[in-house]
Amino acid sequence: MALAERVQSRREGSPWTGLWAVVAKEMADHLTSARMRILEFLILLTAGGTVYVAMQQIRSAGISEQFVYLRLFTLAQDPLPALVGFLVFLVPLIAIALGFDAVNGEFNRKTLSRILSQPIYRDALLMGKFLAGLFTLALVFTAIWLLIFGMGMIGLGVAPGSEDVGRLLWFLLATVFYGGIWLALAQMFSVVFRQPATAALASIAVWLFFTVFWEILAGLLAQALHPIQFGLAQEILGQAQLQMTLERFSPNTLYAESMVALLNPTVRSLGLVLPSQLQGAILGTPLPLSQSLLLIWPHLTGLIAVTILIFALSYVLFQRQEIRA
Amino acid sequence: MRDVIVTRDLTKRYGNFTAVDNLNLTVRQGEVFGLLGPNGAGKTTTILMILGLTEPTSGQIEVLGYDPTRQPLTVKSRVGYLPDQVGFYDELTALENLHYIARLNGLNGKNADTRLQAALEKVGLQAVAHKRVGTFSRGMRQRLGVAEVLLKQPEIIIMDEPTQGLDPEGAREFLQLVQSLKEEGITILLSSHLLHQVQAICDRVGLFNRGRMELVGTVDELARKVLGRAYRVIVEVDEITPELTETLKAVPGAVDVHPLEGNRLAVEAAGEIRHEVAQAIVQSGRRLLGLYMEAQNLDEIYAHYFKEVEHGAR
Repeated sequence: MALAERVQSRREGSPWTGLWAVVAKEMADHLTSARMRILEFLILLTAGGTVYVAMQQIRSAGISEQFVYLRLFTLAQDPLPALVGFLVFLVPLIAIALGFDAVNGEFNRKTLSRILSQPIYRDALLMGKFLAGLFTLALVFTAIWLLIFGMGMIGLGVAPGSEDVGRLLWFLLATVFYGGIWLALAQMFSVVFRQPATAALASIAVWLFFTVFWEILAGLLAQALHPIQFGLAQEILGQAQLQMTLERFSPNTLYAESMVALLNPTVRSLGLVLPSQLQGAILGTPLPLSQSLLLIWPHLTGLIAVTILIFALSYVLFQRQEIRA
Repeated sequence: MRDVIVTRDLTKRYGNFTAVDNLNLTVRQGEVFGLLGPNGAGKTTTILMILGLTEPTSGQIEVLGYDPTRQPLTVKSRVGYLPDQVGFYDELTALENLHYIARLNGLNGKNADTRLQAALEKVGLQAVAHKRVGTFSRGMRQRLGVAEVLLKQPEIIIMDEPTQGLDPEGAREFLQLVQSLKEEGITILLSSHLLHQVQAICDRVGLFNRGRMELVGTVDELARKVLGRAYRVIVEVDEITPELTETLKAVPGAVDVHPLEGNRLAVEAAGEIRHEVAQAIVQSGRRLLGLYMEAQNLDEIYAHYFKEVEHGAR
């Protein structure tokens, strides 16, 4: 009944009134907070360390091929993993840190009812907080990217090619939206749980689930749903395909696969490839950027779609919430 | 006088619990209206519905001619709200906190700065404008809350338990501030359970109980309705005799006479009968040593009323 009433009586005024005021305030908060300084220090340390090691390797091995800038992100030397390896878990950590006390923090500081009694809709507050987080992520990663380019230019003495720049820009976009998923998730938990600590824990639990357990679970599920009874090639293939599909439900897999395709131009497929499909292919030759993009287009769409979906869910939850204690 | 807040059969239910039950409330322009009642009586729910922050289950609300459920932005830009627990961003200064609110209200540049300064001055916080709010006392936060409300130059201010948690001096200063806002022509709706304070500044009060507003009127009107009297004349005589008590009871307008400690008598009356009481005492041959009239006490009305309600419920 309440819904029917709401449809009949459309609200007046734009839901975006005050949005940019919220974005500006939240971004200022993020950028000056001690929490963010710690995370920035952490990511600078990893970026500096891994890129330095990668440069040493490039110099000593005398790699003079194309895509030397991509190598800065992907080269690893024991015991230090490559920068991309760090990013897979640093990005969610930063995103969760930016979002886990978004709404319940306002509630606990008793500022929520005061803010919502200003001439703005709840939409503006939630959207503003989300955009501020996303912009902060974008700002931090853009800074890191530029820093790496700078280090590369000084250390290697080679200017980046347009292909490098293009691929790394798309990788930046994927990274921001990968962060967006965790930001939206943390923000959703901040609407659901009154305690920021609970919201942070819940977000980290989901992240751990996808990082550690989902791969194992996907394997087990694939075995159960698609058992190999006769050892036929079809069966094996079917099971492997099912497992891969299941694994792609994890944003980590989506991000890791788009990372592989973008930063390694020689990758031509992310799925299973039969020898018959490779006929006529010149192995080891790089794909142009447009072809690599085609390869990960579903992944990028998936990352952005999940971000929007989780945000929409927290939006619905927030609209229905009573603002009094 | 225009009615600035009108509710018609306003009802809010949470599941089976009815928080506000068919409320018909009218607040007139320029008055200070007090919502009184025990905790959980539905005062805050009513306030949130008036502001469009909670949707009513049924009934209508009109604030300055607008419907808060359909036109919340218009209503919220003209109505200031001071919640019962005023929170600020502790890590920001007073000025920064206000600046954020100004921007949410669409105020920018010079206009915003003048209003910010004027608001801070009005509540006497200019000196600490650049201090972090984390260092503020409860009273200062409350005043900063008022400054924030003043930023939008509201026509109505709604305050939820504004004096709760303030020390007596702070509360007194705060009520002076409310009084001066009233003098500027701002309509004020406030809820409270600190009755003697409310009594001093409210033009009219409404008694809330279990989601219903059972009585509305000025303090005098309520006293007449609830206690059956509006005035109490205290007299001091040389000696109290049964004849004197009878004589005083017979004075037109007197409702009841009962002795107090010492040689004092209280005469409850429905009207102003000081003169008649004095005359009766002198004529009865007693010596009149003192006579004064006690102001109506809202606390008494309140206690009496809710005692009656409870008896009725049982």
